[in-house]
Formats: sequence, C-alpha cells, structure tokens
Amino acid sequence: MKRLLFISAILMTALLLFSSCQKKEAVSTGPITIEFWHAMTGKNADNVQSLADKYNASQSKYIVTPIYKGSYSDTMNAGIAAFRANAAPAIIQVYEVGTATMMAAKGAVKPVYELMKEFGQKFDPKIYIPTITSYYSTSKGEMLSLPFNSSTAVMYYNKEAFVKAGLDPNKPPVTWPEFFEVAKKLKASGMEGGFSTNWISWIQLENFSAWHNQPFGTLSNGFEGLGTELVFNSPLTNKHFENLYQLSKDKVFIYGGRENKANPLFTSGQVGLHFESIGGYGNFLNTCKFEFGVAPLPYYPDAPGGAPQNSIIGGASLWVLNGKSNEEYKGVADFFSFLSLPESQAAFHQNTGYLPITMAAYELTKSQGYYDKNPGPEVAIKQLLNKAPTPNSMGIRFGNFNIIREIEDQTWEDILAGKISVKDGLNKMVADGNAELRKFEQLNK
Amino acid sequence: MSTQYEFKSRWLPYVLVLPQMLIVFTFFFWPSAQALWQSFFVQDPFGGKVVFVGLTNYIRLFTDPAYSYGQSMRVSIAFAMAVAFLSMAVSLFLATQANKKLKLGSFYKTMLIWPYAVATLVAGVLWLFMFNPNVGVIAWFLKHKLGIEWQHLLNFNQAFSLITLSASWKQISYNFVFFLAGLQSVPVDLIEAAAIDGASPIKRFWKIIFPLLSPTTFYLLVMNLVYGFFETFPIIHQVTAGGPGKATSILVYKVWRDGVINLDLGGSAAQSVILMILVVALTVAQFRFVERRVNY
Repeated sequence: MKRLLFISAILMTALLLFSSCQKKEAVSTGPITIEFWHAMTGKNADNVQSLADKYNASQSKYIVTPIYKGSYSDTMNAGIAAFRANAAPAIIQVYEVGTATMMAAKGAVKPVYELMKEFGQKFDPKIYIPTITSYYSTSKGEMLSLPFNSSTAVMYYNKEAFVKAGLDPNKPPVTWPEFFEVAKKLKASGMEGGFSTNWISWIQLENFSAWHNQPFGTLSNGFEGLGTELVFNSPLTNKHFENLYQLSKDKVFIYGGRENKANPLFTSGQVGLHFESIGGYGNFLNTCKFEFGVAPLPYYPDAPGGAPQNSIIGGASLWVLNGKSNEEYKGVADFFSFLSLPESQAAFHQNTGYLPITMAAYELTKSQGYYDKNPGPEVAIKQLLNKAPTPNSMGIRFGNFNIIREIEDQTWEDILAGKISVKDGLNKMVADGNAELRKFEQLNK
Repeated sequence: MSTQYEFKSRWLPYVLVLPQMLIVFTFFFWPSAQALWQSFFVQDPFGGKVVFVGLTNYIRLFTDPAYSYGQSMRVSIAFAMAVAFLSMAVSLFLATQANKKLKLGSFYKTMLIWPYAVATLVAGVLWLFMFNPNVGVIAWFLKHKLGIEWQHLLNFNQAFSLITLSASWKQISYNFVFFLAGLQSVPVDLIEAAAIDGASPIKRFWKIIFPLLSPTTFYLLVMNLVYGFFETFPIIHQVTAGGPGKATSILVYKVWRDGVINLDLGGSAAQSVILMILVVALTVAQFRFVERRVNY
C-alpha cells in the first residue's frame, strides 16, 4: 500500500509538471487583454508602462499589458518562438534591422494600414513625419508597422574643449573638411584624440549615404524588391573612409568599438567630437561633466546629390502579429490611435528623448517650450525634416540586415587594423553583403 | 557485507527513474533531435517557408567563406588549449605553494578559492574594465608607463591575450582546489625518502609529486578544455564580441550569433550538431584512450 502511494505520488508530480507546461486558454469575460512585448529598459520601460496605464484608464474595453522580453533580438526571438507555438502576443516591438524579416513573413504579420482600415480607425498616414513612417512603409506608402521609438544620428561636441582649443563653441563644423580641421585642432590642444563615432554601419554608411542623397543599395535601398544589391562602395564613401583611416593612424580619430561602445571616449573628455544617436542625449546629459552641443551631421559640399538631404532613422516599430481574434485587433487599432495622439507622442518624446512620430506632437512640444531648454532633440527633428525624402533617403530595407551590418563592422575593424585597404574593404563589404541578400531572396521568393 | 537492495517488483525501478528520464528527454534528447532535424533545412524564422536542403548547411559551413568556420574552429582550439595550460600551470604553482606549512595557510587557501564565486560574465566585465583602451587602469599603465598602445578592439594578439587571461583567471580557483586535494594525498614518506636520497626539491616535484598527481591533472585537463570550448561564451560576448573582425569568434559564440542574432536557423543548427559531436568525441577520448595511460 505504501509503495502504491509512493508511485502515485511520483506520477502525480509528473502529471503536474506536464499540465503546468500547457498553455492556459484565455477565457475572457470582462475587458480584453492585449499583450504588448517590448525591449525597453529602465526609464524607457516606465514610459511604456505609463502610456499603457493612461490608455487603460481612458477606456474600459481593453487592457494593454506591456511585457519586457529582453534585448531587441531577445524580444524578436521570443516573438518568433511564440508565433511558432501559437502563443504570440498581439503587438511586438521589433528593431529596424528586423523590418525586412518581418515584412517577408507574410503569414505572420498583419500590416498596420490594413488593420486600421479593417477596424474603422481614422487613419491618415499624412499626419506622420514622412522620414519616420517611410522607413516602415511599402514603396506605395502603405504603413506596415507603427513607428514607436525612433531616433537618428547626430554630431555631439564638447563646448568646453572647443573654447580650450580656441574655437567658437557656438559654431560647430558644418562640412567634413571643416570637421577634420577642428578635430585636428582639438587633438593639438591636448586632447587624447579629436573624434570618435558609434555605429559605424548605421551612421557612417547608411546615414552618410542618405545625407548625401546617394544610393546605399539598388531598388530604392531595397524598398522595391528583394533583388536589391548594395552599391555603397562609391568614390564618395571611399574618400570618406580613406579620411577616417588616415586620421585613425594619426590618432585624431579613435575607434571605440561597435554599436554604442565608443561613448566613454566622449563622456570622459578624451575626444571633443562624437557621433551618436539622439536617443543617447539624455544619457549624455547625465554623464558629461561639461557643456556639450548637438549639431547636424557634416557633409562633403562637393559631393554629387545635393547634400545635405535628410538623415534616416533607427530604433524600433510596433508590429501586429497574425492569428488573433477580431475583438483583440479592434483593441490594437484603438490603442494605436491613442499612441498617435499628439499628447501621447509629445509626452513619450520629452520623457525618453526618442523622436515624436507626428508633426502635431512636434508642434505641441515646441509650443510647450521644451526645445528652449533642450535644443538637442530639435536638431535631430530638423535634420529629418531637412528635405522631403528621396528613394535614397527613405530608409533601408534589406533581408539578413543584421548579418550585413556585422560584415560591415568586422571589415571596418580589419581596415583600421591595416589588414585590408579601404577600397578592398568596401568592395568586400558589398560583395559579402550581396551574397547575404541573395540568400534572403532565394528563401523568400 | 553487501547492502544492495533488490527490487521485488519488476517495473518499480523503471518508475523510479522515470522522472529523471523525463527530464533528460525533455531538456537533452528532444532539443538535440530538433537541432539535428533543423540542420537539414533552410527556413525563414517564422517557419512560413521550410526548404529541405540535405547536407547543404554542413557543406556551406566548410566551403562558404562567409561562415569562416575553419578559422573559428582553429581559434577555438588555440583558445581552449591556451586557457587550459595557463590556468592549470598557475593553479598548480599556487597549490604547491599553499600546500607548504605557512602562517595564515588556510587564509590564503580561502582567498584563492574565492574568485570561483564570480560569475563568468562578471569576470569578463572586470577584466574588460581594467583593459578598456579608453578608461582602463592597466591599459593606461601600459600606454603611459611602458609605451604599449593597448587596443584589443583592433589588435588580434591583444584581444586573444585578454580573453585567455580573463577565462583562465576564472578557472584558477577550480583547478587550485583539485590540485591542493591531490597534493595533500601524496604520501609524505615518499617525499621524505627522496629527500634523504638527496633529491632536490625541483627533482622531487617532477619525479614524484607530478606523476602522482596525474589523475588529477588529467581530469582537470578535460574539464578545462570543456570549459575553454563551451563555457567561455560570456567572456567572448562581453570582452571582444568576436572581434576584431571575427578573429575571436569561437564556435559557441558563433553558433549563438548565427542563430539568435542573425536568425540563420539551419546553419546554426548544423553548427550545434558539430559541437555535439565534438563533446561526444572529447568524452569518448577521455574514457577510452587517455585514462588508461594515467597512473592511478
């Protein structure tokens, strides 16, 4: 008898283990819950929560629950795994490099423009800032995902270092030749180096091309089809990279690592000029012990294409996944309308440093006097609005984009280490990147 | 006297191991089988399109220069061996020193075991912080006092040394404990006899102590190689991210990068199958060939 009890105890435990693994079916009476998976941390996560709280308080039919799922890639992977297991959230935040992957997954996502039309939300794509929405739209202008947290690359400069080097702190360099001269002067004034940059691929290649109105890839940077090819190994990029390489040998340019790892160089005052996302503005306000300014990206005045054009964005957008009930979609559409309100946008913009996605939110922030105290973010917005986007400056739409950026990062390091020449390096980036594009095309034909 | 218990029921033993088997099956066999299965397909991440490609994923690993799998394999082997050698050599030295009759002997021993409590990721961060080319203490010292420009982000030798150092440091405590235990079981009369015969301390160490330690050394060698191959992921991730270029992208780092970040599920699955074979080979080698020659 005792033995029997023991065995049944084991079996019960096993059963329990199994049953707890099984998904609970959502049986909703009351308000409908809408899951929103995101990758925001710290203060930004609080802002996401407070947006959801405000929305939940504004009506009683739906409850939006933001759930943090780790880094951008973790969140995307969690979404993919959940989708394959039929347990996907309604809304998922996906970073800009995942855009083409999401687009290609036709059965998996519900385009936002369709959703809004289907569920009768007033939806006017024209209220959004064109350079931001174009990144997430088809070439016909149909919005596929809702821009959520957007940023763009800007130049930061150390005003105190400028004074020390005998430069005017209110006149940051405008063109690249000026920029290099200033950088050399800063180094000559006793700084460790002149300048550094984050995100070599995003800032010095993608934004560089858009800012100079040069194609980064064919077929409007990939917007018009999977047959796109990289073409950024142009004489202009060659010249730019050659300049960077030469200055790195003179220690005027200091390499600080991939992604945003070069920030300490600027915040510790070792370099006086730096390139970083406007999303890093708040961080710099907290960590820099000196006064700094924000300025638009420099350009080559003699370049073809009529620079400066407009810069492109980075960040993430909200995708709606397939397989949900109409009731849930109705709630998602309603929530998206709420997110696009000038008040929601302006609050998110001012609290996080990410850019507002509608013109109305920009105007509202301006009228609230926010930019008088924080001139930095407005520089970024003006840079985005500088000119109406062209096919070269709408954004970048490549499959396997993560791998392509990785190839660029790796080859860039090989260039700086002197293992490969600038010209060969750029050609290698393009050739290896194109091979990845072909793999993606083959799979998604 | 034997205390073995005989089961009266035929099936009770099976029921008793069932929970364990369930766990093994769910967490080991099932994912392994899935990896094997996925390695024969190319698929988009959402599983919308799944194309059977046979062995293409494996062939591409070794023929497609974009994967640079051979290079990754070479650097992994070099790295694992360097870590095993460095951490074992240092801990053997420390263990012989700590084994002497010392004032505060147990204090030293405790101190030497402490770093084992540090998580591998944190070990990586600590070393990265000291060697950070911009703000690191040691990097500053190297540059301003010795005139060595420390830039492991671009210099392969420096990057390799840094990951080897941090990975070895983390492992020293573990090796130290085993070596110390091994040393303490070496019979004192043997050493005394040798001393009376006039053998110098160095000779005593190499001729008597070291051979008697060989079971420990062998066990640690395998454990350290496994550690170097498979458990150093956080250090690579934190310190070099596989750079400069992809020079320090060891196999476990690469499999994660290609699968999780780059969403190349087929290629990543093929790599994990190769890693699985590697682990099996290491284990078989341990029990079949080398163990026999070790003097227990």
